[in-house]
Amino acid sequence: MGYIIKGEKHDWELVVGLEVHAQVISKAKLFSGASTDFGAGPNAQVSFIDAGMPGMLPVLNEQCVEQAVKSGLGLKAKINKRSVFARKNYFYADLPQGYQISQYDQPIVGEGILVLDMPDGSTREIGIERLHLEQDAGKSIHDLHPQKTYIDLNRSGVGLMEIVSKPDIRTPEEAGLYLKKLRSILRYLGTCDGNMEEGSMRCDANVSVRPVGSTELRTRCEIKNVNSVRFVMQAIEHEARRHVEVYESGGTIDQETRLYDSNKGETRTMRSKEFAHDYRYFPDPDLLPVEFDDAFVQRIKAELPELPDDKKARFTSAFGLTAYDAGVLVDEKASADYFEEVAKGRDAKLAANWVISNLFGVLNKQGVNIGDSPVSAKNLGRLIDLIADDTISGRMAKEVFEIMVDTGKAPDAIVEERGMKQITDTGAIDAAIEKVMAENADKVAQYRAGKTQVMGWFVGQVMKATQGKANPAVCSELLKKKLEA
Amino acid sequence: MTELTSLTIAAAREKLLKKEFTALELAEAHLAAMERAKDLNAFITVTSDVARERAKESDKRLFAGQGGALEGIPLGIKDLFCTEGVLTTAASHILDGFTPPYESTVSQKLRDAGSVMLGKLNLDEFAMGSANITSYYGPVKNPWKAKGRNVELVPGGSSGGSAASVAAHLVMGATGTDTGGSIRQPAAFCGIVGVKPTYGRCSRWGIVAFASSLDQAGPMTRTVRDAAIMLRAMSGFDPKDSTSAQLDVPDFEAALGKGVKGLRIGIPKEYRPAGLSPELAVLWDKGVEWLKSAGATPVEISLPHTKAALPTYYIVAPAEASSNLARYDGVRFGLRVPGKSLDDMYAKTRAAGFGAEVRRRIMIGTYVLSAGYYDAYYLKAQKVRALINQDFTDAFEKVDAILTPTAPTPAFGIGEKSDDPIAMYLNDVFTVPASMAGIPGASVPAGLSADGLPLGLQVLTRRWDEETLFRVCQVLEDAAQFPLLPAV
Repeated sequence: MGYIIKGEKHDWELVVGLEVHAQVISKAKLFSGASTDFGAGPNAQVSFIDAGMPGMLPVLNEQCVEQAVKSGLGLKAKINKRSVFARKNYFYADLPQGYQISQYDQPIVGEGILVLDMPDGSTREIGIERLHLEQDAGKSIHDLHPQKTYIDLNRSGVGLMEIVSKPDIRTPEEAGLYLKKLRSILRYLGTCDGNMEEGSMRCDANVSVRPVGSTELRTRCEIKNVNSVRFVMQAIEHEARRHVEVYESGGTIDQETRLYDSNKGETRTMRSKEFAHDYRYFPDPDLLPVEFDDAFVQRIKAELPELPDDKKARFTSAFGLTAYDAGVLVDEKASADYFEEVAKGRDAKLAANWVISNLFGVLNKQGVNIGDSPVSAKNLGRLIDLIADDTISGRMAKEVFEIMVDTGKAPDAIVEERGMKQITDTGAIDAAIEKVMAENADKVAQYRAGKTQVMGWFVGQVMKATQGKANPAVCSELLKKKLEA
Repeated sequence: MTELTSLTIAAAREKLLKKEFTALELAEAHLAAMERAKDLNAFITVTSDVARERAKESDKRLFAGQGGALEGIPLGIKDLFCTEGVLTTAASHILDGFTPPYESTVSQKLRDAGSVMLGKLNLDEFAMGSANITSYYGPVKNPWKAKGRNVELVPGGSSGGSAASVAAHLVMGATGTDTGGSIRQPAAFCGIVGVKPTYGRCSRWGIVAFASSLDQAGPMTRTVRDAAIMLRAMSGFDPKDSTSAQLDVPDFEAALGKGVKGLRIGIPKEYRPAGLSPELAVLWDKGVEWLKSAGATPVEISLPHTKAALPTYYIVAPAEASSNLARYDGVRFGLRVPGKSLDDMYAKTRAAGFGAEVRRRIMIGTYVLSAGYYDAYYLKAQKVRALINQDFTDAFEKVDAILTPTAPTPAFGIGEKSDDPIAMYLNDVFTVPASMAGIPGASVPAGLSADGLPLGLQVLTRRWDEETLFRVCQVLEDAAQFPLLPAV
């Protein structure tokens, strides 16, 4: 148990469950034909259904059902072949129907598992409680007019998957890892783009604490709509400290909904228990229960891509990578694909090293995705080939790589143009060695008198004489032979 | 002029094809009758311009030897159906000025069949009521009056405007909607035919929702044949309504004339409550005799959960209504009463926009769905509903149709029973069970009370078996020789 909050009276442990709202990738909304594209003008993508007009009826978008099942399979979860849509009733200006169509006691996906890849290479399992489908609400815009609120219903009716974890998370770091892993899985599956800034993935955190050693679940507070992984981690940390302070000063925690203020680094009450809604859930009579057979599930299962956990296992077993390196590579499918292309037919560990240490460094610095990498996987592979066949030295390869980043050119062309080919021709190196030895008889004498440290100096001189192109290994071998002759 | 308004749909259809008169003449005759009978308050909106325009289009098609099943037939549309470009109110203040940019599937189908819409018919507010006295636009009067008494009677409800306008020959047929009896009970009160088809037969798309699991559209006409013609045009699968059935629509009219020979007719013993008028009990027996002499076999049956149907209905329907009516919030359409805050605006708008009965049902519905009460009310009601359904399934193992009275009494005076919601709800005691089970039901005018008011008999059949329903109804109609009102 790494994370303990030291109080005056107790050591406290963190208990966190996360609810993630992941926007389903689909052409149309969950119950209407309106488009789900991001960035359209206000109220440009609103059907009569999304606007809650009289007499309008929802019709379930089957693509969203497939996406939910696919996500459930990705979380190794129980798929419920019969599920029911229910109405969650509350009034708000951006909720046109006066209820949200969601799933309540019969969700489409039941219990599953999410594996966290811990930094030390170990793994930890977090339970998934359920995944259900529901509609998103519209957006209220309060800052366009001093008295009025503007409503944009483009998001109204867009399909969301609410993915609820069990309260298995014990550290803010695990919460961060959970979100990143969930996002990674959903992106692999193509069921959610996981973009927290655009709001296509949003997170609510349920936080409580308990004395270390206890197994009780104390009153939790729900921190709503935190919009980045970093803020989720911070919000949990602050909220947990608040609970500890309250308990240790003899107070009690009220179950409530809170908001995280990232500027002030604190959470504050959004809605206390007295104002909690009674949502009056009941099965939506406009919709039939969602029913499908095993064949439907099997068909989706057959289309599943290799997921991060399996890929990681393959990278460690087939390529001999460390769990950590494999974990880093599989985080994004594009990175894993890139690595595999580089590694194909080559030294996989060397390939992993180049991708992680060199390429990722450049991508981070430039702030670009692997898809926009200035160095293609093919070219990086060629660079590794040039090292392997001794055309260039590892040191030269780094230089070539930098030029590749700047110019996007193939390594062969760069080496050719700039005459960077390594000299492995012993004749040429011999000549250089003899010249250096002849000009530095004193140093030769020193070496022969037992001061072998001067070897390094000789290598440097020979490299200098060959403009760095001599193969260092060949060079020192020949030098040794001649000096000791 | 009254020659034209006296016709049945079937007869007018023939004569239009033979060009004995034009669709425009037929429409004008009815528009004139509507004007003369304004006092009934059957219409919320009269659409004379739309009617004339569509009648002219019908005449063009008829002239070209084309035309649909209802080409040129003047109809009234209950103002619960959204009609494109035409004010749609659900008889509620809260929908003030609401003109939908879309047309309900059922009214579109009727339009596609060539019918001519004359106007939007009055109803109980949001179809909640059994006397058409809850309309924001005022009560509808029943065109019938008791002998020797000049008391205005209710037309029944909620499709009161539909029933009154058909009975008074203002339209040849009208759409109704039935949630717990809203087609059948007013049909009985006004002496016309009203058919609630199987739940899922007609699309609910574009009909202002009251209780989604119960609402069903149906025709209201002066004859059984007209109802069969109209229902066929209204029915069919609609991909926009997930609860509409993917079934072919039978030619209901073709089922007529097949008689009832060999059919077993169930007489449920639970349908003789204390409040049943003795005249209706007598009429019911008469109905059994008519069917028997036409070759059917009466069978006494039991529908043991009948007593639970009404209380169960008054949990399920308000629960769904409380949620369905949440969208009337003053934000996007209809009435808005400004407030100090969003919540204040909601409260003021809904208090001003909804009438007492609607508010009562929203309160009941909200209550039965609340945390802590859901299991005791809503969930239990769902279980009882399944039992009611089972009653009918069991009964239809033994019989092909069921015969009952439609309502326990004939039409009553406007103002009567209005202080006692329970007495009002009892109007639907015979119609609600079939609604809960989703089976088809129809009311046929079968006789007059001692003081000359229409009495109706109800026929129920198996799910999707409207053909048997029409066969039985037609035999009753032929035997009853019901004296329709003369055209005004």
